[in-house]
Amino acid sequence: MNITVCVKRVPDTETRIRIAPDGADIERDGVKYVLSPYDEFAVEAALQLVEGAGAGQVTLLSYGPEAAKESLRAGLALGAHRAVLLKGEPGMDGWATARILAGELEGGGADLLLFGVKAVDDDQQQVGPMVAELLGLPCATSVAAIDIDEGVATCRRAVEGGQEVVEMDLPAAATVTKGRYEPRYASLRGIMMAKRKPLAEKEAPAARTALVVERLDKPPPRPEGRLVGEGPDAVPELVRLLREEAKVL
Amino acid sequence: MAGVLAVAEIREGVVRSVSREVVSAARGVAGPLGCEVEVAGVSGRGAGEVAGALAGQGADRATGIEAAGWEPGRVDVGAAALAAHIRGRGHVAVVFAATGPGRDLAPRVAAKLGRPLLTDVTGVEVDGGEIVATRPVFAGKALARVRVKGAPAFLSIRPNVLAVTESPREAVTEVVSFEPADGVGGYRVKGFEASEGAALDVAEAEIVVSGGRGMKDPSNWHILADLRDALGETAALGASRAVVDAGWRPHAEQVGQTGKTVTPKLYFAMAISGAIQHLAGMRTSGVIVAVNRDADAPIFGVADYGIVGDVLEVAPALAGAIRQLRED
Repeated sequence: MNITVCVKRVPDTETRIRIAPDGADIERDGVKYVLSPYDEFAVEAALQLVEGAGAGQVTLLSYGPEAAKESLRAGLALGAHRAVLLKGEPGMDGWATARILAGELEGGGADLLLFGVKAVDDDQQQVGPMVAELLGLPCATSVAAIDIDEGVATCRRAVEGGQEVVEMDLPAAATVTKGRYEPRYASLRGIMMAKRKPLAEKEAPAARTALVVERLDKPPPRPEGRLVGEGPDAVPELVRLLREEAKVL
Repeated sequence: MAGVLAVAEIREGVVRSVSREVVSAARGVAGPLGCEVEVAGVSGRGAGEVAGALAGQGADRATGIEAAGWEPGRVDVGAAALAAHIRGRGHVAVVFAATGPGRDLAPRVAAKLGRPLLTDVTGVEVDGGEIVATRPVFAGKALARVRVKGAPAFLSIRPNVLAVTESPREAVTEVVSFEPADGVGGYRVKGFEASEGAALDVAEAEIVVSGGRGMKDPSNWHILADLRDALGETAALGASRAVVDAGWRPHAEQVGQTGKTVTPKLYFAMAISGAIQHLAGMRTSGVIVAVNRDADAPIFGVADYGIVGDVLEVAPALAGAIRQLRED
């Protein structure tokens, strides 16, 4: 069972976002980066599946800047076997990113490709299914749990109102969401071993995109809120405001 | 000129209300581009009924796409049929809803056409004959304005954000059929398990009542459920990450990072402090009401209306007052 997990390094949600002077990107200095939280679920899923199969490798693939090596080392410390960094600066065009990833994955022989359901920076939820389209693989999105048996992956998808169970013939792709997989912590031994694991670096091909990010803006501030009062006594006034001022009741 | 395609969302034969927002967004770009709006839905059989159901959605043309082998959940078949339809018609833009099914479908269709996709769009305009869309990035901490070069432009719109414009007209109906083959197969839908008690998904609700750690104990959730019931059928329960991680509530209800992004018309944050991960999932809601014992809780920074107090006392009073209002 060989699994490749595509991961992305993103600004930590806690980090303060400032717009760069050119207005078309954020200030990258001083930003704290993390592995996208959903990618952590995907890595955990891959580790559990390979451990369960008793054989095989987990490969991490990232398209990102030199500094993304840190995130890949962190994933190797968790137990992944090898990592590949395609050096470049991914933009907002998920289709451009998907083509770059698919170019690397083509012919790689993985039984399963895993992705986080979304990266929490651009939040587009598209790269996984686009890569699957490019490689001609079946793809299940928003998967909370995966079981593999005899070349078939059974996936529980978190969908509106419940869970949908789908089966896919391997090789296949899936995007992972919160569910069965609780990301593990790296052990000291894992961190030491990660230093000796293979981490290949190569230049990503130039991204071709039909999207132009013209501007980033701060969202308009929400109108100043109003403290209606304290305790249950404030309820009649709140209901009046919701009905007469906000017109939502 | 080829038209703008609005992809309708149909569940169990019923056109979902978000489809009207999709048609409105399509109309918003079709006007300046001087072209017509087509609304389409995919089905296995009975595409004539689909076309009929779509005829009153405000589009000029309503198409039922009959795809051999389609059944609910077969996103691979739906994507292949839609892609074939778009290839044949040469649409200038294709608009989806950024709902669960829309998020599953849109990237596959865009990839089949070799085109980029902008998701969760909250504003769209035409400038110099090109589509320019606005969408939130970095957990809503910034808005990106993005221009799409070439056609078709693929967009998905965030529900409950864009205004619905009325353009009453009876569409010309049509049925087209495909036998999708491109990228179909190796994917089987085996079943569906409804979540317990969740009649309406939190991501689809017009009103959300969310609870946090300050509810003190999962046994207190009946208080929020009662408030939801008082608010009617369009209301659903939500939860903070803390209470989901504590096992008090199911993950399906989680709002925020690693949960769902919601944009209801009215959001109640009950005993939720307002961590940035929670705000990321609800800050674009229409009206936000916060009830919290801590007057300094960050949630009051995004709330339109706040009450400082114990939710266990305020929520029942609120449910009573709303029932009274509904009776009057």
